[in-house]
Order: sequence, then structure tokens, then C-alpha cells
Amino acid sequence: MSDSRTVLLDRVKRALGRTPEEDARASERVATWARESRAAFVPARGQLTPEDRIGLFIEYARAVQTEVERVSGPDAIPAVVSRYLRRQNLPQKLVMAPEPALDEADWSSQPLLRITRGTADDSDQTGLTLATAGVAETGTLLIASGSERPTLLAYLPETCIVVLATDRIVGSYEQAIQLHLDETGDLPRSLNFITGPSRTGDIAQKLELGAHGPRRLFVVLVDPEGSAPGPADRGP
Amino acid sequence: MHATSLAFEAQSKVALANPALQDAMGNIKTGWQANRTRAAAALPEFEALRDRGRAIKNHTLQHLDLYLEMFEEKVTAQGGHVHYARDAAEARTIVLDLCRTAEARAVTKSKSMVAEEIGINEYLEANGIERIETDLGEYIIQLRKERPSHLVGPAAHLTKDQVSDTFHEHHHTPRIEDPAALVAEARRVLRQKYFEADVGITGANFLVAETGSFVTVTNEGNAELTQGLPRTHVVITSIEKLVPTMDDAFTLLRLLARSATGQEFSSYTTLMTGPRREGDLDGPENLHIVLVDNGRTKMLGTAFQEMLRCIRCGACMNHCPVYLAAGGHAYGWVYVGPMGSVLTPQFAGIENTYTLPNASTFCGKCEEVCPVRIPLPKLMRHWREVQFERNLTPPTARWGLKVWGFFARRPALYRLGTSFAMGMLGLFGRKAGRFKQLPLAGGWTVSRDLPAPAGTTFMAAYKKSGARVR
Repeated sequence: MSDSRTVLLDRVKRALGRTPEEDARASERVATWARESRAAFVPARGQLTPEDRIGLFIEYARAVQTEVERVSGPDAIPAVVSRYLRRQNLPQKLVMAPEPALDEADWSSQPLLRITRGTADDSDQTGLTLATAGVAETGTLLIASGSERPTLLAYLPETCIVVLATDRIVGSYEQAIQLHLDETGDLPRSLNFITGPSRTGDIAQKLELGAHGPRRLFVVLVDPEGSAPGPADRGP
Repeated sequence: MHATSLAFEAQSKVALANPALQDAMGNIKTGWQANRTRAAAALPEFEALRDRGRAIKNHTLQHLDLYLEMFEEKVTAQGGHVHYARDAAEARTIVLDLCRTAEARAVTKSKSMVAEEIGINEYLEANGIERIETDLGEYIIQLRKERPSHLVGPAAHLTKDQVSDTFHEHHHTPRIEDPAALVAEARRVLRQKYFEADVGITGANFLVAETGSFVTVTNEGNAELTQGLPRTHVVITSIEKLVPTMDDAFTLLRLLARSATGQEFSSYTTLMTGPRREGDLDGPENLHIVLVDNGRTKMLGTAFQEMLRCIRCGACMNHCPVYLAAGGHAYGWVYVGPMGSVLTPQFAGIENTYTLPNASTFCGKCEEVCPVRIPLPKLMRHWREVQFERNLTPPTARWGLKVWGFFARRPALYRLGTSFAMGMLGLFGRKAGRFKQLPLAGGWTVSRDLPAPAGTTFMAAYKKSGARVR
């Protein structure tokens, strides 16, 4: 294996044919490139005021069949979740990420709702997790994996519910990752960017939802307690 | 893998006479092609992003050795393993060894064109390992024992009725026609397989050198289940998938979905960095990344280096009149359409594939829509030159070119000849205004008429107009 490594790198070097002096300049160019590529090509579309970003996020998310409902304060989450499950004719049962931030909501307010914490397995019909960020540019969610946010929650169950704080909606994918890096200083094993429920066009290019991942994606947008929701708050 | 590209003409005749295929190909025009136009128009920066995408790939290829070393160092530091494969055979051996080490009886696979290229599918099966494709299109063609006919939609050549028949036959269930029910049936069958697999194999759309990360893009979410459930994750990918930084990856991702299916962004874009971390509740414990060369370093430093920019979006084929008429299987190997006509001779040898660079009208649409601006017609022309130099061009074409070359080097004779021919055509065609048949051009006139020329050549008319000829 190490032999193949040498051969392969050798082939590349030979094909590029740099002299030793050029080699030094090449390393310099690589360093410059990294500095200059930082967020240099972000489209203007998502670079808006916070309220407009929320509006754009909702618009693009709904365009790809994500359902969005906006509420004020974490205490409103359980009722919205319970109502959603009822509307979809689903059991009042879900598996929830062991994320402490989700405990800010008073889940005991919905006594019918049965909740387990952890990652999902095949028998779970509904998973609930917390988004690291929202990306206004295309209505995309970012979920960073970790001990409190297992990734499979967003992929195995047929219904995926994601809680997203409105003050975590940024303009671009790059800004979403930066938000995570600023808080944790580290790239997680998995950064999952999710734009709508699972879909396929593999049968005669006809769009069908729920190919392998969730058939339904429901985003609960949460405004910080006390702040009045803006004009884009109307639910589906 | 054996290429049947030399039979392109016969294979495309079969395709043209296949009404189901023609039906299925029609969907691409109204679907992906129209969607791409819309999506590109909806993003004001799209053209600037294309320039940037081109620059990113050019810079990476010019410094590929440095980025390979950087990538390997980062992956290793996170507890992953990088394997280098000089050719397809070595890549197959590496992957089989990894499966054996994991004591794998079954592997799930998320669509990877490099995996097709190295022929891993047949190889694993020949060595007693069950392989299940999880991308719906790839699963359908696995059941039908076919090759992918498109980069993005491997089953783009099939109609819904054909899928109904295939599922009915292989799942031993009643025949269903509702697409939603077909998708649900595949979901149910494949769900069990995810949990049974010991190894998950995926490709990668991009490798990020500065972080040692890799990116997968799907609409179904199958890549995440493929790598997230088994204990071992093997990534089969190739060296030109590298990009320097995460920001570069996102620039190319903005181009990829819009160019491929016309979506603003694919449903699932996942950036993975290393194997399962301490405290993680899921994810693979072992991560292996197999970097395949298989002829790519031979393209480096040549005119074909530009082809290594390709991000496998499929826009070139979605817009190609030849591909849309002949379908993917006529191309006779893994890569199809214009990008396949440039890549396949590299991988399977020009002597086995010289029909492909000729299967083009040179309309230029492929280059026009390529997100990283690869001059595909120019590269096909390069292959035609190689073909001629290596004496692979059929005698009649060589003879024709020689005759034309003789006259082209003698302008006076050339003008005399053309003015005679135009005069004759103008004279005989004056009455009908067109020719239904012409000697030596039966192939051309069989499906259309030649409008009768005016009877004089451009050069003659130009001279007559009194303009100065320089």
C-alpha cells in the first residue's frame, strides 16, 4: 500500500513537472489560496436582515415540501409537535435527541406524548432533533452530529421534526458552519445539511417523497421568548 | 470492464427503435434540462460561480500532490485510513480486503461512479459477498442486471411500467403501477438490508484537503444510512475529487445541484470528518478512503487535464442531442454522453472506443452548460486526432480526408471545384428547390432534403460585390 502511495504521488509530481524553486512557490500559493477562498463567493441572496433571513428560509423550505411553523418561546414547542402528529394521523410517540437545550420546553404539558431519548432504530416512526443552524439561501437545515445529536434521528424515521431557533438562521452554508465552529471550535464527525424531506426522481423522473429518509420534514421555528413573531409566521 | 463502444452505431440503432427508451429520454428534456435553465437563471451569481468553480479545480490539479498529502495527513490524524490504488485491479483488491477484514457477508452501497469504473460490483459478488445498491435507480438496474445509463439517474432509460415489471418479478409481489407505492416497496425491501450490512460503501462528491473531510450528496438520504449503520465505512473515490477548502466545496456544491437536476440544493449534503467519535451514539467505527488513480495521472499535464475538473453533474448529457436520442447504454461503458466520450477512451483505450468522440454533432451545448467550463468538443476533437494518428480511422474516411486535404491546400483548385459543384447543384435544383437524393450522400438525404444552393459560391459573390479581398 505504501508502495502504491509513493508511485501515485510520484506520477502526480512527474506530470506536474515542477522544479525545486517552483515547489517553494507552489506551497506559498496553496497557503494564499486557503486565506483568499474564505467565504469569498457567497451569493448575495441570503445576506439580509435577521427578519428577512427568516422569511427567505421559510420561503425556500416550503418550496421543497418542508413544513414550517413558527412559535414564540420553547414552551410552545410540545403543543405544536403534538398537534402536528395528530394532524398527520401519527401516534403520539417520538424519539428525541438527548440534547439538553430541548429540555427547556415543558414536555409534561403534553401528557399523551410518549418520548424516549437517544438515537433512532427501525421501529421509530417519528424523530425529533435540534438544528445547529438554518441557511436562508436555500431553506436548508444544518445538524451537527455529536453525543447529544445522533445523526440517524434525521434519516431513519418516516417523520422528522426539527426544532430551529430563529436567531440561528444565517445567510449561507459557510456561515452556518462558522456558527458551529465559533461555539465548539471543532468539526463534528458529520455535518448534515438537509433541504426538504427525502425524495427521488428515479422512477420516470416523477418526484416521490420518502425514498429512504423521512417522508415528512417538519420544522418548528422558535422565536426567543417575549419577542413578537414577524409577518412570516403563518403556519401551513 | 469490457467496453462495447465500437458497436455504438448498432447500439444506437437499437435504442432509436425502442419506444420505451425514447419515452424515458423525453423526460430528461422536460425535467432536468428545463429545471437547470430555471435554476441557473434564479441565481444572479451563477456565471461567476462557474468561473470560480473552474479556477478552484484548476488550482487543485496544479497542486494535486500537495493537496493529496494534506488530505491524507488530516484523515489519518482523525483515525481514518487512506489507501492509494494505482489502477482498477488494485482498488478492487483493497476493497475486498477491507470487506474481508470486517468479516462482511453483505455490503450496502450508495451510488458511486468510481465503484462502477473499477468494476467492484461483479468482483465482490464473485468473491461471495452480497452487494445491495441503495440508490433507488441503481437498485432497479441491479435487479435488471444493467449498467447505469446516466450519471445522476442510473435508471433514466426506464419507464414506470418497466420498473413495475421488474419489482413484480424480483420482489414476488403483486404488480403495482402507482409510483408512490413502488417507492414504498423499495423502501421496505432496502430498509432490512441497511441493518444486515457489515460494510457500507459510498463514493464522495468532494474531498476537502484542509480538513480531511469528504462530501456526499443525495436526494434519497441513502448515503447517510449506508455509512451510518454498518460498523465499517469504505469510501471509493478518485484523486481529482479533491478541493482545497470547505468554502471551495460549497462553491462547487452550489453549481452541482443546479446543473444536475435544477434543484436549489440537493436534499442531503453531508460533510463527514473521520470515524465515530467518543460519546457519539451512531456512525461507523472504521473509516477507509480508497483514492483511485486508474489513468487520471496520465491526463494530468496534458490537454485532457481539463477533463479532471468534471464534477459528474450530468448536465452535458442532459443537453446532448446524441445522448438524448441514443440513451446511455449505446456508449458501451460506464461513463456516457459527452463527458463519457472524452473519459472512456482514457480508461478503456481509444482502440476500443474511437466511435465515441465521433458520436457528436459538435453543437457545443455540452460546453455551454458545463458548470466548470470543460471544452468537451475540443477534447473530443483531440481524440479524433489521436484516432487518425493511430490509424484507427476507417479507410473511406481517411481517403475522403486525403482528397479534401489535397484540394484544401490548393485554393485555386478548391475554388474551381466548389464553383463547378455549386453551379451544377444550382442548375439541377432550381426547379424543385431541393434534392431528395444525391449521389454519395444517401445517408444524409435518407431523413431530410438538401435545399438547392444559389448556384454560386460565397467567394465568387464576395468578389463580385467589389469588396476588397485581403
